[in-house]
This record gives sequence, structure tokens and C-alpha cells, in this order.
Amino acid sequence: MIEWVNSILQGVLTGGLYALFATGLAIIFGVMRLVNITHGDFIVLAAFVALVVVEGTGVGPFVSLIAVIPIMAVFGYVLQRGVLNPTLGPDLLPPLLVTFGLSIVVQNLLLEVFSADSQRLKIGAFETLSINLTENLAVGVFPLIIFVTAVVLIFAIQLVFNRTSLGRAFRATSDDPVTAQLMGIDHSHVYGLAMALALVLVAIAGVFLGVRTNFDPSVGPSRLLFAFEAVIMGGLGSLWGTLAGGIILGVAQNIGAKIDPGFQILAGHIAFLVVLAIRPNGLFPRTRDD
Amino acid sequence: MTEATAQGRYSVIRSTRASRGGAVAGILLLLILAAAPWWADRATMRLLVEIFYILALAQMWNLLAGYAGLVSVGQQAFVGLGGYMLFALAIFTPVGAAWSIPLAGLIGAVVSLPVAFLVFRLRGHYFAIGTWVVAEVFLLGFAQIQTLGGGSGISLPVSVVRDIASSRSGRDAVIYLVALAVVICIIAIVYGLLRSRHGLALTAIRDSEEASASLGVDNFRAKLMIYIFVAFGTTAIGALIFLTKLRISPAAAFDINWTTTVIFIVVIGGIGTIEGPIIGTLIYFLLREPLAQFGTWYLILLGLVAVVIMLKAPQGIWGLVAERWDLRFFPVQRRLRFEPPD
Repeated sequence: MIEWVNSILQGVLTGGLYALFATGLAIIFGVMRLVNITHGDFIVLAAFVALVVVEGTGVGPFVSLIAVIPIMAVFGYVLQRGVLNPTLGPDLLPPLLVTFGLSIVVQNLLLEVFSADSQRLKIGAFETLSINLTENLAVGVFPLIIFVTAVVLIFAIQLVFNRTSLGRAFRATSDDPVTAQLMGIDHSHVYGLAMALALVLVAIAGVFLGVRTNFDPSVGPSRLLFAFEAVIMGGLGSLWGTLAGGIILGVAQNIGAKIDPGFQILAGHIAFLVVLAIRPNGLFPRTRDD
Repeated sequence: MTEATAQGRYSVIRSTRASRGGAVAGILLLLILAAAPWWADRATMRLLVEIFYILALAQMWNLLAGYAGLVSVGQQAFVGLGGYMLFALAIFTPVGAAWSIPLAGLIGAVVSLPVAFLVFRLRGHYFAIGTWVVAEVFLLGFAQIQTLGGGSGISLPVSVVRDIASSRSGRDAVIYLVALAVVICIIAIVYGLLRSRHGLALTAIRDSEEASASLGVDNFRAKLMIYIFVAFGTTAIGALIFLTKLRISPAAAFDINWTTTVIFIVVIGGIGTIEGPIIGTLIYFLLREPLAQFGTWYLILLGLVAVVIMLKAPQGIWGLVAERWDLRFFPVQRRLRFEPPD
């Protein structure tokens, strides 16, 4: 019994990381109706950037965020204004195929530069530190930090969206870019800022990923799928829903792994398909997807 | 089809000079290709077989994405399913390898119904990623089936291979002719479909979903029919692919690269035309031969070219050619010719 409780608990904490993966994807879709297929590869890219910073300067992975966050944010802004903005329009094909092509380019560039070897960001003994809840039940300090960070960041982004002029510009552009432009909002700039914000989250998620598991250039697509499943299960337009989606995915995967290690990822996908069959708009939808 | 009015005579033109000349050249080319077992060596025939099945896959994806607007990045689900159905039918039933190909296609069409039930709930971009999840489910699911080799895969039994033809050159010839037949059937069916009234509906959907719906096209039904048909074709092609490979594993069968390659081919050649995938396939293989040694750089180059084409010339290479010289070898459109009264 206690083993199952443990599986579920670990799953909830893993869900925090998935929610971080997913929030960036949800913001981009929310503001500009773009699904970035390169999202998972950007998470891996951020982990590699952190690796370079860590190896180059000798700082720890968390301190490396001081460099990784601005690098990814500027990269996101430039990419959005230079490459992705021209693809946005009534036709769905160009943004999809451009981000798909970029995904192949990023994966293979990483492969060329860093080889297919698996890498890890090391934080020393801290990584294995845990708190005993009861005699047989413990939670890792680091997974707990990831989960709390995810909750705090989602709360902060909700505040940005609801309370600031930037958030108002995001919401206005999302509702109607043409009218927003008439009101003096430059939507190209706003889209650039949204992508930059999404890549700030990607930078944090990438460093957490790199500390938590081994990574190599090929793991991006599966992170994209986890992020996507969390977004759809949670329901479009709701960041707290996205957190719930991430948790459901994490719990399903951990329960699957408990039954048979081969079922871990499969169980997550099946949970997603079941939610899709029963509640196509997700569990906590706020906007209608049309 | 001619209609006379007081103002003059209208007639609907459905062929072009290029299409009539192209038909003659095409038949000659087909005869030469059909005779390949008598003039080509083994390596050439293997390369041609690969070109045939990649071209067939490209035509299927183009029909799905270019005409029905269903951008799937999970078509490897059906490629892999076809491969596994070939192996399952050949190992567990008395059906021969050749008949397994259309049978696998039928199974693919049946399987595509519940898949469509799920992925059609996702719109636009999310549809694409949803199809990818389904392909992953297929991969992980088939890895659990121990009678089909589980995660490590399975080989086609020698007795099944011998059944195709007793000698190695005989087998090469049979597989070659089957591959040629498959690609010709696929292109002929796509061409016929696009020239029919269903094709008119699809072209309307491609150009504007709202306008086609307002003119009485049932968009959902048309898209579903195309999805099922493409699943049929893709699964059959998958069976053909793994007939040439003689060995299958989940990682090879459900490899995303089946879809990636085809997307690059269609985007570079020209999406939404029949000629585009043909041009794209030729370019892909012409570049691959000298550039394959660069491995990852070749993929980076293809990715960048696809991105640039999507940004600067989304109609692709054939789109530019057709626009510039008004050249159409597979005319699917109807043109109105008007002659004023004498």
C-alpha cells in the first residue's frame, strides 16, 4: 500500500517538471495560436547551454541560470521576430512546418557539437537529499524544489497576465491582433516578448531536466509530447489546469512504471488518450479552441 | 463539354499540352522502368525500390496535408503497422507476402477509424502532435508483443522469403515489380481522386474551409474519408517497405524519420500538387547520394532548405515552375475556354 502512495507522491512531484515544460508551450499557444514543435528541443538546448556555462566557468547549474535565462530569452525574441512572425497567418501549415524543420536542425546541430553522449548537470550531494515523511515514505528535496518552483512560476505568470500592462497586451493580442494593433500595440513585438517569456521558462525547465535526468540531443521530442499532453489534459487557456495535467501525466507514468518498467511512458500516453476521449476540451478548459 | 450561348461558346478544358505530351513520355518511362529487371543491376534496383516507396509515402502525406489540410507528423504509426501486419500475416496465416500488402492496407484503414475518433478532436497544430502521440503508443505497444519479437524485433522466416521466389534475383525482380505497381497505383488513385468531384471538394477545402462549407461541402466527412484512405495507402506501403527489409523492430518501424523525410520532400517539391512530391523525391535522392557521407549536416541542410522554402516560396519548387511556365503534367483543375461568336 505504502509503495503505491510513494509512486503517486513521486508522480505528483514529476508532474511539477512536466508543468514547467508545458507552461511555455501554453503561453505561446495562448498568445499567438502557435504550436512550437521545437519546444522540446529548446528545453534540451537550454540544458546544453547550461552545461557549457557550468563547464566554462565552474559555477553550479542553478547559478548558471543567470546566463542561461537571458540567452534563451534573447534567442526566443529574435527567433520569433525574424523567423516565426512571418509564418503566422490564416494558413496553419507554414508555422507548423517551419518549427518542424527547426526541430530537426536544432537536434542535429546539438548532435554535431555535443555528440550523442548522455550528459548530466551535477549538483553534488544535494541531488540525493531527501526528507523522511514517515518510516517508509520519503520525498527528494530537489524534486520538491522543482515542484514548488513550478507552482510559484505559474502563480507569477498568472499575475503578469492579469495585473500588468504587458499581460493586458498579451491578452488583447490573443483576443484580436488587428484591434490590438489599432490600440497602439505592436503585435510583432508582443509575440516576440511572449516567445521570450516562454523561453525563460524553457531555460529553467532545461536546467531542472539536466539535473534530474541524463539528457542527449535526441530527447527533445518526447519532452514536447509530455508538455503537449499536460496542456491538452489540463484544458487550453488555464495555467493551473496545465499544472493539473502535468501532475496527472506524472502520476500515470509512475503508476505505469510500478506495474512494469516497460509501461511507464505508455501509461502516460494512454492517460492522455483517455482524457481526450472523455473530455476533449481538457479537464479545466477556459478558452474555446477555435 | 461545350455550352453555346448568345455571347459565344464555353467549353471546359481538363487536359493541357504538357499533360498530353507528358502522358506519352510517362508511358515510355514506365515501360523502361518495368523492364528494369532485365537491364538494371541489383544496386540500381534496390535504389529504385526505395525511390518508389518514398515517393508513394510522399504522395500519401501530400494528399493528407496538402489537400485535406490534415498535417500529421505521426504517419509512421501506419508505416510501422503495415510492416508488422506483413510479418504477422506471413508468419501466422497462409496468405503470401504479396497479398499481405493490400490486406495490411485494409487493416490500416480499419485501425485508422478509432485513431481518427481521437485525433480529430484536436484542431490545427495540436492535431499534428496528437498523431505523434498515437505513433508513440503504437511503438511502445508493439514493443510489448512478445510473439512479434517484443522490443528487439523479428526476422521474416526463411520459408516465407522462399515463397516469394526461389532464387535471389527472382525475389529482387518480384519485389521490384510489386514496388513499381504500388507507386503507380498510388499516383493513379490520387490523380483520379483529385480529378473527380471529391477532388474538387478537397481543392476547395485546401483553398478556404469556410468557402467550401458555404458551398455545401461536408468538410469533416471529406477529411475523414481522406484520412482513412491515406491510412490504407500508408499501411500498404509500410508492408512493402518491410518486405524489402526482411527484418522489423519497433524502433525501425515507427521511426519519425519516415514522416520527416516525406515532409521535407513534399515541402521542397511543392505541397498541394501531384508533381511536387515527384520533384521533391528526385531532389532528395540526387542530393542524398553525394551528401550522405556528411550525415547530420545533410539533415541540417534539408531542414534549413525546408524552413527557407516555407518562408520564401511556400508553394515549393514545382509551384514556382507551374506558375512561371503554366506547366501541369497532372492537371486536376477545370479551365473554362470562351470563344466569342464569329
